[in-house]
Amino acid sequence: MSNEWEVVIGLEIHAQLATKSKIFSGASTAYGAEPNTQTSVVDIALPGVLPVLNKEAVHMAVKFGMAIGAEVSDRSVFDRKNYFYPDLPKGYQISQFELPVVGEGSIDIKLENGDTKTIGVTRAHLEEDAGKSLHEDYAGMTGIDLNRAGTPLLEIVSEPDMRSAKEAVAYMKKIHTLVQYIGICDGNMQEGSFRCDANVSVRPKGQEAFGTRAELKNINSFRFVERAINIEVERQIDLIEDGGEVVQETRLYDSDKNETRSMRSKEEAMDYRYFPDPDLLPVILTEEYRQQVKAELPELPEQKQQRFMDELGLSDYDASVITASLGLASYFEIVAEKTGDAKLSANWITGELSARLNREEIEIDKAAVDAEAFALLLTRIKDNTISGKIAKDVLDAMWNGEGSADEVIESKGLKQITDTGAIEAYVDEVITNNPSQFEELKGGKDKMMGFFVGQVMKMSKGKANPAQVNELIRNKMK
Amino acid sequence: MSNYHTKTVTELSAMLQAGEVSSVELTRYFLDRIKNSDDKLNSFITVCEEQAMVQAKESDEKLKTGNAPALTGVPIAHKDIFCTDGVKTSCGSKMLDSFISPYDATVVTNMRNAGVVMLGKTNMDEFAMGSSNETSFYGAVKNPWNLKAVPGGSSGGSAAAVGARLAPASTGTDTGGSIRQPAAFCGITGLKPTYGRVSRFGMIAFASSLDQAGPMGQSASDCALLLNAMAGFDDKDSTSIEKSVPDYSADLNKPLDGLRIGLPKEYFEHTEGGMNAEVEATIKAALDQYKAMGAELIEIELPNSGLSVPVYYVVAPAECSTNLSRFDGVRYGYRCEDPKDLNDLYTRSRGEAFGAEVQRRIMVGTYALSSGYYDAYYLKAQKLRHLISDDFTKAYEKVDVIMAPATPETAFNIGEKTDDPISMYLSDIYTIAVNLAGIPAMSIPVGFANNSSGVSMPVGMQIIGNHFEEAKLLNVAHQYQQKTDWHKQMPEEFQ
Repeated sequence: MSNEWEVVIGLEIHAQLATKSKIFSGASTAYGAEPNTQTSVVDIALPGVLPVLNKEAVHMAVKFGMAIGAEVSDRSVFDRKNYFYPDLPKGYQISQFELPVVGEGSIDIKLENGDTKTIGVTRAHLEEDAGKSLHEDYAGMTGIDLNRAGTPLLEIVSEPDMRSAKEAVAYMKKIHTLVQYIGICDGNMQEGSFRCDANVSVRPKGQEAFGTRAELKNINSFRFVERAINIEVERQIDLIEDGGEVVQETRLYDSDKNETRSMRSKEEAMDYRYFPDPDLLPVILTEEYRQQVKAELPELPEQKQQRFMDELGLSDYDASVITASLGLASYFEIVAEKTGDAKLSANWITGELSARLNREEIEIDKAAVDAEAFALLLTRIKDNTISGKIAKDVLDAMWNGEGSADEVIESKGLKQITDTGAIEAYVDEVITNNPSQFEELKGGKDKMMGFFVGQVMKMSKGKANPAQVNELIRNKMK
Repeated sequence: MSNYHTKTVTELSAMLQAGEVSSVELTRYFLDRIKNSDDKLNSFITVCEEQAMVQAKESDEKLKTGNAPALTGVPIAHKDIFCTDGVKTSCGSKMLDSFISPYDATVVTNMRNAGVVMLGKTNMDEFAMGSSNETSFYGAVKNPWNLKAVPGGSSGGSAAAVGARLAPASTGTDTGGSIRQPAAFCGITGLKPTYGRVSRFGMIAFASSLDQAGPMGQSASDCALLLNAMAGFDDKDSTSIEKSVPDYSADLNKPLDGLRIGLPKEYFEHTEGGMNAEVEATIKAALDQYKAMGAELIEIELPNSGLSVPVYYVVAPAECSTNLSRFDGVRYGYRCEDPKDLNDLYTRSRGEAFGAEVQRRIMVGTYALSSGYYDAYYLKAQKLRHLISDDFTKAYEKVDVIMAPATPETAFNIGEKTDDPISMYLSDIYTIAVNLAGIPAMSIPVGFANNSSGVSMPVGMQIIGNHFEEAKLLNVAHQYQQKTDWHKQMPEEFQ
């Protein structure tokens, strides 16, 4: 990217709220059912039906508001957003326009250089999701699946405070973590439970006025957000540098081609004719209710991170990596408690465990080894049953479903040799076989120590206790 | 020869409970009357002969147990705006000609639970948009008092059916006068309850903030019985109000001594489009009757009443324009032949299936809600609505009820106003403010006056109450009906 340009990004995140039923009907919100089996008369907008607000959706929105220290409105109003589309059964979406339930708040993100940056949250409002149009398999026709219609969404709108794709991703991840911590969204991006629109523009560095923005629609992974923004920024800069002008429009990111393309321009932009939905009463929230919701909030990511540092002695880095996911943090807490060694637990979780999760691209809840089993493995390192090196092999075997740490150690005969006599025999053999090297070691060539330890470990198939090996060799040098 | 059609619901209910007549006999009787006479009126869209007979048999079983609710076995008609499970629910529109509802409206459920038998579904203006029942896809309904005249609208089929005694009573809905104006035109008693008193769930929406269902019958006493069954909080309707339902029949016989009746100066002024002289004389005679019964007549002011029609014709079309968006040809109802693409599917399905008046209101409403016009029209109208409502609040500090004509003139002829929507809209000039304020009001028959063609037609007078004072209105109406027999008059042709 050229140095004279500054990137300006704002995100609209759609978090699907984890309510059991829809926002305005009693139908289930469960994912993956046969088309149109999770639809009530309200969801398919039969004549005469009326929406009834699911109070749990409001509760979840308020939780979010309290968690980011935002203003939560005394009175918020549902509006109709009018447009025609086959998967929008009423011909309008019930949303919130002028009076959203959550007002201004903010989120702190960590930049790559370690600095903290505050990103403003303009508002968060409740709305219903639309259904899905299925364009394949219907021979020139379109299939409509209304299972998703009426699923509650919290749309979280940021200020245009982000200055790079990386910042946007950091912000999105932060929100992603938060909504899972407070239990309002399952965060499942593959199923579309957490997705975003990105408003992207560029301006010459130092210029105060924003450039014309393009809105990138419906991006559902962190990787795509970063790529989509970067490719769009590149497109806008190229365009301007070639003497063109960015037009305000909605664009779609095509992840296969890694390009964005125009969906509709501002001229084609719709007039949604927002007006208060006369079928729904304003939502009135008391200060007492807000305080009650605030009191219900669980420990938030930053609080947890601080506690891990203060009480468990984790490094800033380890604590932030572990608390970035509620699942990982809970896993860690079990392992640390069972082993009584937070530091060792943190090292193994941020290291070996995370590496395996990343390799398989899975979340902690899908890990092949649960926290109790993992704790047992670490306990076997602590009680010198196995070395850390052997433990990695044991973990691999456990991961492959070969049993518990003890079972693997037993069946593979990996128990560490701590019998001094047995180790001494190995040491003597190695010295006998390598007399000149031993002379060098005695002569002060410390590097040779590694060679001897390595040879003994090799002979013992890694089972000798390395500390003991070291000690015995030093004794022989005297 | 039995003459069940001369009996009120109150009387029929007593006969059923006493075992003097069975519901099967009564239901058969009214089904036959519909079969024999509705050709003249066109008041029914669907007659539910089979279902009605099944329900009648069930009712007779229940009556035998000796503790059946008051309305058990009484046959009535539902306006075709209420969704009825397994029965066509057209709302008077080609759009829903093929629509068979898979569920019952709460009003229908409540009435059924109260024991009522459904004879069929009555004709109405398309989507309740009209004041003469001429906008129905199923053709105009005729006024039983004169077949050249309109029955009023939009609940014209319900009013005509009861006026001709093809059904002892019916349900209606009132958005700007759609119960009271046809009740007045057909010489029957109709009540629009307080907004929120009767559930709107399953009642096809026209203007959500104004729509309210209510009973249409031969007398105030009948309306009380019907409202007892219809009213009540419904958790399926967020705008329905959680307030206990009194027994509306309990207070009917309270004396009216000292009743303070407010007469809005603005309604009695002689203005263009205002009340005609014969109607005025009839209303004045009714007011004299009240005076004779011990009531006090007090002139009041409703200074913002002139705003009612313009405010209504912004709010109602705005709401209807989005309420009717769901009729898009995608999931149910009418779909055009061979749509070329999505846009074609929408425009032709809606263009071919909505009538002219519905299209007119959708366009007006769409315009009123458009970006750049919203503040000037919809928002302003909502503000003015508060002023209109405040006028009533102030008035009720001085009076118990307000009386006014229901319509400026008696039933006009079919075709007389179809080319002039504005003059059609003005026929609701006295009824609209009540919907904007959300208060209850009745129309009761108080005599006859010549219409513009010189035919003597029924005159309706409105009794308007404060929020949730339905019981008071029914009492005031019932007392008048104890002293007069206008409500017992029947059109000659249907005697």
